[in-house]
Amino acid sequence: MPNQESILQAQNVHFRYDPEQPKYAVDGVTLDIRRGEFVAVLGANGCGKSTLAKHFNAILLPEAGTVLVEGMDTRNEDHLYDVRQKVGMVFQNPDNQIVATIVEEDVAFAPENLGVPPEEIRTRIDEAMKLAGIYEKRDAAPYKLSGGQKQRVAIAGVIAMRPDCLVLDESTAMLDPHGRAQVMKTIHQLRAAGITIVSITHYMEEAAQADRVLVMSRGRIVMEGTPEQVFSQTEKLHSYHLDVPQAAELRDELVKAGIPMPENVITPEACAEELFKLLK
Amino acid sequence: MLKDITIGQHFPGHSVLHRCDPRLKLVATIAYIVVLFVAPNPLGLALSIALLAALYKIAQIPGKMILKSLKPIVPIVIFTAVLNLFFVTGQGEPLVHFWVLNIYIEGVKYAILLAVRVCALIAGTSLLTYTTSPIVLTDAIESLLRPLAKLHFPVHELAMMMTIALRFIPTLIEETEKIMNAQKARGAMLDSGTFTQRIKALVPILIPLFISAFRRADELAMAMECRCYHGGEGRTRLKQLKFTSEDFRCLVVIAVALVVIACTRLFVPGLA
Repeated sequence: MPNQESILQAQNVHFRYDPEQPKYAVDGVTLDIRRGEFVAVLGANGCGKSTLAKHFNAILLPEAGTVLVEGMDTRNEDHLYDVRQKVGMVFQNPDNQIVATIVEEDVAFAPENLGVPPEEIRTRIDEAMKLAGIYEKRDAAPYKLSGGQKQRVAIAGVIAMRPDCLVLDESTAMLDPHGRAQVMKTIHQLRAAGITIVSITHYMEEAAQADRVLVMSRGRIVMEGTPEQVFSQTEKLHSYHLDVPQAAELRDELVKAGIPMPENVITPEACAEELFKLLK
Repeated sequence: MLKDITIGQHFPGHSVLHRCDPRLKLVATIAYIVVLFVAPNPLGLALSIALLAALYKIAQIPGKMILKSLKPIVPIVIFTAVLNLFFVTGQGEPLVHFWVLNIYIEGVKYAILLAVRVCALIAGTSLLTYTTSPIVLTDAIESLLRPLAKLHFPVHELAMMMTIALRFIPTLIEETEKIMNAQKARGAMLDSGTFTQRIKALVPILIPLFISAFRRADELAMAMECRCYHGGEGRTRLKQLKFTSEDFRCLVVIAVALVVIACTRLFVPGLA
C-alpha cells in the first residue's frame, strides 16, 4: 500500500521544446507521487503527458519549476545517474529499446553501464527476468519474440537497475490484446514487489486498475482522483477527448435511461454485480 | 522470407573449436593467413589444407559448408588463376603457344598454387565465423583492441556499433519487407521494367527506410540513456572472457602446427 513518503515531486514544471514559441508542452504541472503508488496518466495526443514523463528521469529538464526524485533535483548533474537508476523508463516500441542480440545480454546492459561486478549482474538479471516472466527466453534472439515478450524484455532491462519507480510511456500501445495482458500482469507483479508505477496510457481499462488517475490536457493536470472519482465524470472526460471504460459508459447510459445504478462502477466485474442485483 | 537469413554464418555446435576462447581463434586465424603467405610452397599448402581439414572435422562442420563458403569467390579465383597462367613467363619452351599467348610450366604451377592458397584462406576464415557467433566475435575484438584505447582509439564505441548493427539487421529487413509490400499495394512495379526503372523504383523504398532507421536510432539512444549508458568508461561485462587450460592446449597445438607449416619455406622452394 502506498505510504506518505514522496518519490517523485514536480513543482510548477514548465517546459517547451522551442523557446521561441509561446506554447508550453508542459505548462505548470505540480504533482506528488508516493512510494508504492500506481498512478495512471491519461490525456489526448499532444497533451504533454510523454513530455512530463521524460522529466522524471532527467531526459528533459524543466525550463521553470523543479522535479525532485527522492529529494534529488534532476537539474543537478552530479545526481544524473542516480536519478536514472532510481526511475526506470519503458517506451512504446520494444524494438527500439533492445540493444543486444540475446535477451540476457540486453537485460544485463543497464547493470553493465552502472559498473556492477559480473557475479552480481548475473543474480540481478536472473531476478529481473523472473519478475518480468521471460526467464525461459533468456537465450533467445529478441527478434524471434512476440511483441508482449519483447516489451517484457525491455521491462526486465530496466528492472535490472533495481529502480524504485518505473515510468511506462504508452508501453502497451503497440501490443495486441494478448501482449497487453502479459505486460499488465508483469506490472502488477512489479507493484507487488514494491515498485512505484507511473503508467501513461490510452487504455481506460488499464487506468481503471490504478490507485490514482491524472488527466492532462494542454500541458496541465485537469483532473485527479481515484479511478472511480475520475471515470464517473463521463461528460467532463469526453470534453478532454477521452473515453471512459465501457462499464462506466454503460452505467451512465442506464442512469440516463432512468435505471438506478450506484456511482463508482468502472470495472466489468462491478458492473456485472450491480446489474445482477437489479435483475434479481 | 527474408527474415530467415542467417546473420554471419554461425554454425552452432559444442566442439572444442566452438568452446575455444574467441580471442585465441581470432589471433590464430590471423596467424594462419600470415603463414599462408609465408609458406607458399606445395608442401606448406598441403600441410595447411591438412590442418584445416582436421579442424573442420573436429568442429563437425559438414564439407558442403566449405563449398558454400568458397562459392562466391570462385569467379575471382578463376580470373586470377587464368591471368597468372598467361602472364607468368618461365625459362625454356612454352607448353602451349597460341597467337600472342604463351603458357609456361611455371605459369601452370603458379596458377594452381595461387588458387589453392586463396581457397585455403577463405575456408580458414570461414571456420572462424562458423564456430563463433558474431556477438562473441565482437567481444573478442573489443578485448583484443583494448590496449589501443590508451591511444584514444574508440574501441568500446566500435564494439557497441557492431553489436547494435547486428541487433538491427533482422528488424530492418522486416521493415524493408513491410515497406515493399506497402509500395506494391500502391502499384509500385518492383519486379518488372528495365534495369533503370527498377533502380528508380527502389527510391520510394529506401527513403522511408532511412527515415524510419533514423527515428529508431533516436529512440534507441534515448532508451540507452535511460539505462544509464555513458560510454565504455567504468563499464563491466556480464560475460567475462576467460582463458582456460583447454584454451592453452589449443594455443600450443595451433602454434606448433603453424610454425611447422611456416618452416617448410626453408626446405621447399615456393613462389617468389
